[in-house]
Amino acid sequence: MKILVMVKQVPDTEEERRLDLATGCLDRDGSERVADEINERALEVALRYKDGDKKGTEVVALAMGPADAAQALRKALSMGADSAVHVLDDALEGVDIVRTAEVLAAAAKRTGFDLVVAGNESTDGRGGVVPAMVAEHLGLPLLPSLNSVEIDEASVAGEAGVENGSLTVRASLPAVVSVTERAAEARFPSFKGIMTAKRKPLTSLSLSDLGLDAAASASVVLSISERPARTAGRKIHDDGNAGNELAEFLAAGRLI
Amino acid sequence: MANVLALIEISAEGGIANSAPAVIAAAAKLGTPVAVLAARPGEGTRFVARLGEFGAQQVFLVESDRAGAVLAAAQTAALESAARELSPSAVVAANSVESREAAARFAVRCGAGLLADAVDVMVTADGTPATSHSVFGGAYNVQATVPGRLSVITLRQGALEDRAPAATPEVTTVSLDVEAGNAAVIEQVHPTAADSSRPPLRGAAAVVSGGRGLGSKENFVLVEQLADALGAAVGASRAAVDAGYVPQSYQVGQTGVAVSPQLYVALGISGAIQHRAGMQTSKTIVAINKDEDAPIFDVADFGIVGDVFTVVPQLIEALGDRAKNAGALSAQAN
Ligand SMILES: Cc1cc2nc3c(=O)[nH]c(=O)nc-3n(C[C@H](O)[C@H](O)[C@H](O)COP(=O)(O)OP(=O)(O)OC[C@H]3O[C@@H](n4cnc5c(N)ncnc54)[C@H](O)[C@@H]3O)c2cc1C
Ligand SMILES: Nc1ncnc2c1ncn2[C@@H]1O[C@H](COP(=O)(O)O)[C@@H](O)[C@H]1O
Repeated sequence: MKILVMVKQVPDTEEERRLDLATGCLDRDGSERVADEINERALEVALRYKDGDKKGTEVVALAMGPADAAQALRKALSMGADSAVHVLDDALEGVDIVRTAEVLAAAAKRTGFDLVVAGNESTDGRGGVVPAMVAEHLGLPLLPSLNSVEIDEASVAGEAGVENGSLTVRASLPAVVSVTERAAEARFPSFKGIMTAKRKPLTSLSLSDLGLDAAASASVVLSISERPARTAGRKIHDDGNAGNELAEFLAAGRLI
Repeated sequence: MANVLALIEISAEGGIANSAPAVIAAAAKLGTPVAVLAARPGEGTRFVARLGEFGAQQVFLVESDRAGAVLAAAQTAALESAARELSPSAVVAANSVESREAAARFAVRCGAGLLADAVDVMVTADGTPATSHSVFGGAYNVQATVPGRLSVITLRQGALEDRAPAATPEVTTVSLDVEAGNAAVIEQVHPTAADSSRPPLRGAAAVVSGGRGLGSKENFVLVEQLADALGAAVGASRAAVDAGYVPQSYQVGQTGVAVSPQLYVALGISGAIQHRAGMQTSKTIVAINKDEDAPIFDVADFGIVGDVFTVVPQLIEALGDRAKNAGALSAQAN
């Protein structure tokens, strides 16, 4: 079984994240970049399957992004992925989701897989559409936003949380799944993992390696504005009457 | 005005999903709203009147026995069929797990542009549909468009307050043989019992959220009691969800629901940056926390350094007294 895990490098949510107001692109100097936490969980789903079938399972991490996205892939290798693929090309700077999905699908096809595992939504975009678009390009089923995942040799199944309930869904392999925070708690890289990660293969692919040309994104940013930061208001220490004071505050603001 | 398709989702319990009024309203802001719906043969017409109330000028009903049996295939085919028939300028779908899959697949299939997780829509001076997006927890507002292509827009649930005026829709019914060989199969549907007594978290006017500070599932009832006293929805921090106090659907924040209510009350929540990313655009924020240095106070309009187990019961009592007095006053006035 070959499992491909899509890993995105994103600005660390622990810090304030900034957009460049002129270009609409991420201000790269403004924030530390890390592997998106949801993708570590996606990787965990793949690694758990590998734990049960060490010899027969290969886990490959795939990222599209600028040079520093290699860090996210190294992290994946240190956690236990066997190899990594990095789609890296100057022509991909700042591309939109339509293009991103097309490129990731081409890279997945070239790498080969039985199962693709992605995060349900990335923390810098929240679009949650890339896995479905990749699945469509590949002509494959998608099991979206799985809270739990069961993989066997021939199929994948799980529980997808949807409006007013959940669905038990299944597809035969090959397939694409996306997982939620509920799916798995990611492991920490071991010391051995960190040491061996350096020797594991990390392949870079350009657009021409994928047989794609350097098309521009179709979507255009019209404007960007920054919302003024919130400021702290009144703060009181409870002296035994704070509940009543809060009721006053809510009444004065017509909030009750 | 150009047609704009509004993808209607049917929820796990079999009704029109909560997202429908906003999706139709967004379509109405961009053109003539056409509700597109995939249903099993004979099961779609019962929704037509409701979709009219939400403002659909036309209902494009695709009948397929695949609807509800597999994921997204019937809905994607319905959008394709409606797009062929009605040459829309845009397609609007909820940014929900099911609708966004159909929207994404449709966009790939017909080479459309995709504008994901919009909080509002508008038409530019030259008539192109455009969207606005709340980025990085509301720190930025970004407007975008896809010139020269059909725009597929996914709309953040609960974000758009506009509603379209009611209409009497014209109905087009098409029966489709949906190619679903490759779709994921729905083996079981588990509807959650609708908790009709409280407003849903997305789009609620008031939200009361509890965090790890509540300490246990039993204690979390305090959050629910205050929510009920305020007529508010119940939310939670990820730590409270992880501890099992409430289901995951209650989570507010970066990776949970993003809310923007008139009133947000945070009880025993430290206010980690990822939590703030989902609530800091609320109109008024109230926080109660034992730790005077908790970061939640940086964004609170009214902060109380205190114990939720003493402050909240007193607040609930004060709210009750006010309600009683108001009742007495209005009785007097009569
Ligand atoms: C990628 C990523 C995504 C995340 N997404 C989210 C998200 O969507 N939503 C989210 O909430 N978090 C999210 N987190 C987690 C976030 O970083 C915090 O861990 C979480 O918000 C903490 O929850 P908490 O405030 O309930 O718990 P804590 O940080 O433990 O805070 C509990 C608070 O309760 C107070 N307290 C204790 N007892 C009392 C009492 N009796 N009375 C009053 N106050 C009391 C304490 O002083 C403390 O401030 C995410 C993290 C990551 C890395
Ligand atoms: N540039 C990228 N490289 C690798 N994976 C990605 C990339 N963009 C999106 N993904 C995958 O798609 C998931 C959902 O992303 P999104 O649709 O952007 O919210 C992510 O969690 C990743 O698994």
